[in-house]
Amino acid sequence: MIRETNRHFSFDWITIIIFMLLVGFGWLNILSASHVGDEIDYLDFSQPYGKQLLFIFLTFGLIVLILAIEAKFYERFSSLIYIISLLSLAGLFIFGKNVNGATSWYGIGGMTIQPSEFAKTATALAVAKYISDLQTDIRSIKDQINFFIIIALPAVLILLQNDAGSTIVYGSFFFVLYREGLSRLYLIIGLSVLFLSVLSLKFGALITGIIATTIIFTHFFLQKKKPVILQPILITLTAIAITFGVRFFYENILQPHQKDRISLWLRLENDPDKLAQMRRDILYNLYESEKAISSGGFGGRGFLEGTRTTGKFVPEQHTDYIFSTVGEEWGFVGSSLVVILFVLLLLRILHLAEQQKSQFSRVYGYSVASIIFFHFMINIGMVMGLIPTIGIPLPFFSYGGSGLWGFTILLFIFIKLDSNKINEW
Amino acid sequence: MRQILLFFTIIFVGLVFISRLFYLQVYSSPANNLYEDNAIRKVYDYPKRGFVYDRNGTLLVSNQSSYDVMVIPREVKPLDTTEFCNLLKIDKATFLKTYNKAYHYSPRLPSVFVSHLSKADYAVLQEKMRKFEGFYIQKRSLRHYEASIGANVLGDIGEVNVRTIEKDPYYKMGDLIGKQGIELSYEEELRGKKGIKFIQKNRFNKNIGPYKDGKFDTLPTPGKDITITIDAQLQAYGEKLMAHKHGGIIAIEPSTGEILTMISAPTYDPNSLVGRKRSKNFNKLYRDSIAKPLYDRSLLAQYPPGSPFKVLNALIGLQEGVVTTNDKFTCSHGYRYGKRKMGCHGHISPANMNIGIYESCNAYFANVYRRIIEKYDTPYEGMTIWNKHVTSFGLGDYLGYDLKIGSPGRIPSGDFYDKWYGKNRWRTTFTLSNAIGQGEVEATPIQLANMVAAIANRGYFYTPHIIKSIEDQAIDTKYTTPRHTTIDKQNFEPVIQGMFDVYNKGTAASLQVKGLEICGKTGTAENFVKIDGEKTQLTDHSIFVAFAPKDNPKIAIAVFVENGYWGSRFAGKIASLMIEKYINGSITRTDLEKWILTHSLEHEYAKPYSGQPFKINGQTTLEVIDPEEIKIAPQKPTTLKL
Repeated sequence: MIRETNRHFSFDWITIIIFMLLVGFGWLNILSASHVGDEIDYLDFSQPYGKQLLFIFLTFGLIVLILAIEAKFYERFSSLIYIISLLSLAGLFIFGKNVNGATSWYGIGGMTIQPSEFAKTATALAVAKYISDLQTDIRSIKDQINFFIIIALPAVLILLQNDAGSTIVYGSFFFVLYREGLSRLYLIIGLSVLFLSVLSLKFGALITGIIATTIIFTHFFLQKKKPVILQPILITLTAIAITFGVRFFYENILQPHQKDRISLWLRLENDPDKLAQMRRDILYNLYESEKAISSGGFGGRGFLEGTRTTGKFVPEQHTDYIFSTVGEEWGFVGSSLVVILFVLLLLRILHLAEQQKSQFSRVYGYSVASIIFFHFMINIGMVMGLIPTIGIPLPFFSYGGSGLWGFTILLFIFIKLDSNKINEW
Repeated sequence: MRQILLFFTIIFVGLVFISRLFYLQVYSSPANNLYEDNAIRKVYDYPKRGFVYDRNGTLLVSNQSSYDVMVIPREVKPLDTTEFCNLLKIDKATFLKTYNKAYHYSPRLPSVFVSHLSKADYAVLQEKMRKFEGFYIQKRSLRHYEASIGANVLGDIGEVNVRTIEKDPYYKMGDLIGKQGIELSYEEELRGKKGIKFIQKNRFNKNIGPYKDGKFDTLPTPGKDITITIDAQLQAYGEKLMAHKHGGIIAIEPSTGEILTMISAPTYDPNSLVGRKRSKNFNKLYRDSIAKPLYDRSLLAQYPPGSPFKVLNALIGLQEGVVTTNDKFTCSHGYRYGKRKMGCHGHISPANMNIGIYESCNAYFANVYRRIIEKYDTPYEGMTIWNKHVTSFGLGDYLGYDLKIGSPGRIPSGDFYDKWYGKNRWRTTFTLSNAIGQGEVEATPIQLANMVAAIANRGYFYTPHIIKSIEDQAIDTKYTTPRHTTIDKQNFEPVIQGMFDVYNKGTAASLQVKGLEICGKTGTAENFVKIDGEKTQLTDHSIFVAFAPKDNPKIAIAVFVENGYWGSRFAGKIASLMIEKYINGSITRTDLEKWILTHSLEHEYAKPYSGQPFKINGQTTLEVIDPEEIKIAPQKPTTLKL
């Protein structure tokens, strides 16, 4: 009897508890970052903290719904869900509402919904479904192209809505495909391109080209079994093409604000006056957020005690920059705790994913971990000045209904799949 | 391998984040201090600075309001500049220049646009101020000197400098602090404690309300009123007498060590260093390298004390038992030693101690001095003992009074001459000038006045001080503890008798004041300057020390008048007048008063700068001030309510 009961409630409570801790702690920080004056009315839905409380409340209904649905449903209808998601993204071009320069929202009554937050789940389902298809062989070029199309379709739609940040997240699927057997060559190529890009931007295309050529040919001549001479020449030409391509992309394709962010991150500007001007204009958010985090010290200022938070020094603090509130009010202790919670959550999901018996569940779980990891890495990295400014939310933490629900659905579908593994003999 | 890529990437990123957090929050975190938090605006509430009263309760220093027009360039809206400039009494070019300067400093922060508006301008401007957005009037407090006396004593306040701010976190940029005189000495008592309000700012630097409902705000504590020992009437009188002369006067109440007057001539009106005209006037005073009005001669100037110093040698002689009051020494217009001679003027010879003092006989004191030093086996030992006696009168080192400036003076010791001539390579006669207060001996007016106070007290003195009381607070016990000299009480009487006879029948007989038993001692000190690299002698300094009455003395005084020639010529007259004024409250010796008021030494001070050869001492002439000038333009237009 007891076993029987356990079977029904065999959800992974560790994941659920970490989820609740993050959502709860996140809300406290949203409250801190968004309250005005000393009066706090929790049910004031005109305030972000009030709205978020409502969103969190509704999330529990959503969770019950997700867990109540038969696990097989998600696998069976994944294609349909994916197509609906694509349609909702495409529909933005007609019905979309422009907020902060990005056309990523539907306005329904007083509410706005951001379909891109849900498209990640849909894509994850579609990828999982396609991989688990017995016909699929990830080592074949044809299937690789198909994967690329599945992932790129929503990514491109989102990019066209001017939401570059959310597009980058689709890069996380690389981890999934790699796990499932994608050639190591892609990893090497990916890292090389990244390396060449940074080098090219920092030191110029010519120098980078020379360095790349030297490395490739040295490698070639040191090899005992020498391949045809054509191979290093082709690789070199590709490398040089990338080197110059990146510069061209940087100079001519990127928008000025994106250029500036990268320029600041790589310290490309040498003129001190110009640099100071850029810091004031572009790096202002980062400057303030770093200062807020710094001023927290070891133990933090205390809940609702952060003067930079109260003074609203950090723009967008309750959304993308919510981590700076944690930094100021909860200090090193609190911020490290958040980092550790995320790491535990991610490792737990990975652990569960590896234990899945169906490939669909495993791949989906892997996707969940990868997507959340990308958000975690980019958001906190940005707030602390480790990577260029890319505006995406911190999962479960940042203010916003779409974001919260999107991540909740993403996570809890996996929890449901995981709880069902016992039935999948 | 494929499984662990993401696994390790996650752990790696987690570790990088925690390291970064550690760097930001622990390693390079700023001090978590409300005062240094730039998200919190600190608004200070300045208390009233304490008033200063003289010993009789006359108000000397109070406060006055001054108004500055401030500007926040970003908030300035187009305005009628012509009207605005007219109201502020500036021209349009100045307006633009000041505005651009303020904008350059910071468009968001307030800058002073026009400082120190007069009350009349303020009244007119205040009504129209609302028309000029971005400008506002800020009130600030300045000192107001009720009388134009005692600039050197009262001192002034000014903006605190960066070094002080670094040392004392109480002070913030732009705060006022005592710079000189009692404003400096009693800064902490006078200033009180400012209150502070913490205000939460937002990122646009706008106030959004009190921080934590004002939980940490404090109220200002008003500064304490202080009473100083100066007698304002006597100070004013002394400054009047010292007009057209350079020098210093210190008068002390012997029974307490309280400084009754502290005069440095020439002086200036303390009100001239307040407000808008401050920097212009300060520059003028600062650049006057001849008269040096900012140099407090009463505390800083080291002069050879001259003959007043002889009485100390008499006291030491008695104390050491090397001379009795009846021992007589012959004086043949001087004292011969070896091939040299120390000159003296004609008087009864041989002279005992009494005659020696009131006739100021150089030969007498040369003999006494030699006996003191030569009582011991080596002149080194003798000098050391002599030095110990002399310094017990507060000479030769900083006295320890409560004003922050001073000079140590110089009293040579055995070590001093060892260094000068080489160990044991000097004899008593090398130092003989010390017998008559010349040579290596130097003292400041306050040291000499204190020496007289110690004689008047017959053997002890209180450290001279300027503070009488601080509201309810007791003054430092340092000023109420007597310091004893090395001379026994009974040895003072014959010396004091000698000083009394200086007035009775000696060098100051012409300065007697009816009904007052004054003891004094004239002094005349040679002095030299370098003109074009050549040591040139100037007219002697006129020196006088005195105390009165002889029994239960109320005042001890030292007067230095630079290049006034002999002691009773200028210094003696001034000392007598001061004593009469202080004890009797009125002057009977109007002849002396008139003489002092009508005689100037300006021509004497001009001599070294004239580039012409000039005559000194016996060949010098007196300069009379046109009596009309004195009547029409009284030198010190004192507004003191006496």
